[in-house]
Amino acid sequence: MHEAQEAAAAAVTLPDVPLLDVRDLHVEFRTRDGVAKAVNGVSYGVRAGETLAVLGESGSGKSVTAQAVMGILDSPPGHVTGGEVLFRGEDLLTMGGERRRRLRGAKLSMIFQDALSALNPVMSVGAQLAEMYSVHDGMTRKDSRAKAVQMMERVRIPAAKERAGDYPHQFSGGMRQRIMIAMALALEPDLVIADEPTTALDVTVQAQVMDLLAELQREYRMGLILITHDLGVVADVADRIAVMYAGRIVETAPVHALYAAPAHPYTAGLLGSIPRLDHKGKELHAIKGLPPSLTDIPAGCPFNPRCPRAQAICRTDRPPLFDVAPGRASACHFWKETLDDAG
Amino acid sequence: MPGNGEAILEVRDLVKHYPLTRGILFKKQVGAVHAVDGVSFDLRRGETLGIVGESGCGKSTVAKLLVNLERPTSGRILYKGEDVTRLSGRALKAVRRNIQMVFQDPYTSLNPRMTVGDIIGEPYDIHPEVAPKGDRRAKVRELLDVVGLSPEHINRYPHQFSGGQRQRIGIARGLALRPEIIVADEPVSALDVSVQAQVVNLLERLQDEFDLAYVFIAHDLSVVRHISDRVAVMYLGRFAEAGTDAQIYEHATHPYTQALLSAVPVPDPRARAGRDRIILTGDVPSPAHPPSGCRFRTRCWKAREKCARVVPPLEIPDWFLEGGGPEAHASACHYAEERPATPDVPPTE
Repeated sequence: MHEAQEAAAAAVTLPDVPLLDVRDLHVEFRTRDGVAKAVNGVSYGVRAGETLAVLGESGSGKSVTAQAVMGILDSPPGHVTGGEVLFRGEDLLTMGGERRRRLRGAKLSMIFQDALSALNPVMSVGAQLAEMYSVHDGMTRKDSRAKAVQMMERVRIPAAKERAGDYPHQFSGGMRQRIMIAMALALEPDLVIADEPTTALDVTVQAQVMDLLAELQREYRMGLILITHDLGVVADVADRIAVMYAGRIVETAPVHALYAAPAHPYTAGLLGSIPRLDHKGKELHAIKGLPPSLTDIPAGCPFNPRCPRAQAICRTDRPPLFDVAPGRASACHFWKETLDDAG
Repeated sequence: MPGNGEAILEVRDLVKHYPLTRGILFKKQVGAVHAVDGVSFDLRRGETLGIVGESGCGKSTVAKLLVNLERPTSGRILYKGEDVTRLSGRALKAVRRNIQMVFQDPYTSLNPRMTVGDIIGEPYDIHPEVAPKGDRRAKVRELLDVVGLSPEHINRYPHQFSGGQRQRIGIARGLALRPEIIVADEPVSALDVSVQAQVVNLLERLQDEFDLAYVFIAHDLSVVRHISDRVAVMYLGRFAEAGTDAQIYEHATHPYTQALLSAVPVPDPRARAGRDRIILTGDVPSPAHPPSGCRFRTRCWKAREKCARVVPPLEIPDWFLEGGGPEAHASACHYAEERPATPDVPPTE
């Protein structure tokens, strides 16, 4: 019932062509200790007005994928070695540097985790925001200042006019993150990538910031990619979810379906390892072992050494993304069994 | 049975103020950061007391005071009836053996130039009476095994281990002297979800095995509920509310606790629509200039004139006492009341 409604709603409001279409992206880091394969064939799409959550633990490649999309990969040592990143049908990876620079900020922008290091410490926040308008839109100094204050009011910074002259260190963590959001949304981009936007914040402030972000997203009807490790945040705001492990997407699904019944043992393991606030459980079902080193990813399914379901085939054959249901896929040879056990 | 043993640690009116000074040559005190401002609790043998709060609420200062890394401005910490804050020399050393600490960051709390064997064995250098010299390697191997690491790795260095494994090393070091109390300050918050669960399970197993009492300090409300028998919610240097895990999580009466609980994202999308969230406005005030009366009043939607004037004591409210139910617990609010319970999962339409 629920899913049918959701699908119907999606058909009405969402256009078929994705805003951003990442296809078979590969990224590696060439280091002295060898080649770290950080992203190994990731594909995902986001449509206007949609929130896609990319979930993964540290080293899963979730942030590197975003950096490659934005074109801000540390290079060297990072190199995009394959794939396409289509933004409104145009490949960002092959277009000229100047054109890409113009798109970045105006049409697609990014919110970083650590606002204190992402903002310029020796420039007032008002001036940093105003710069967005003067550089991209060619506004005059006076106009861009006025727009900056307006934007600070939009993200609900109290006494915005007075505070526009303050420097980042004079703001609290939550307020700094609001400034970051203001900068990312200043030029009303079509797509925003938020990389752990609330991880550094306290829960009460996190709730404020996530609420604000969701509200602005609805208002501007932008596509949002939310990169996070927090299953709670995902459940709160995402429409669809892509779970990453060792540089690959292992499961992708509408958010309700995934939480109701995961189709990949890694997702099931993650859901089992978090303690719940609303009831006190017994022992947590921890996933045994550790994530693999990216310089030495196991053959076959990268999750097989930690997987309770692993069979001989898992150690030899790399599972592709199997279609599980419309809009759902799982990279597990035993997705059917996993799904049956979960349901 | 946790919580039914005798109190091995009694904390009374603990206060820690850090002076704020001005001037270089003629320093004069111009104020104080009220990091901890009158905290009292008991810790019983074998139980876990969770202390939750947001950054800057003073929870880590409490941890440092408990293990005597800091001296309190006033107040007492009684370990088996003896005031630890007044001890020094040999007597202090003896007490410290029984109260050990596990730190948050497994990357900075282990000496990178020492082998794992030396790190875990170092407590024996300070307390040689616990393990005679020839016996130490064997003891360290045993500890490695207890925390789920391979005893063969005794000669490795910290950088050869992952974050979760390092936290196990920190736990092994905390266990080396067979303490009765372990103070753990955010022991799992630096770890990934799947590894965090392993370490939480380990801590629970060790508690049963060695009859340990934990003071478990964290900002993650879900983890604290999972591991704690009793929970105290801290705000700006004081306890706002204290009780058993069910009393706090299911029958919260302090507005701050209620807001905190409602703000935690629940990993269940079905709960999204039915959640009755309280979004607090503003930030936590500076502990250098805490508000008068109730510390939470500047962000509280219930605040009245009395809240600015009278400090609410941490007591069981009268109406709660008269009700006499198992939910009755202490709350430092003049207008403490339970919110109407909202269903976790709304009925699907």
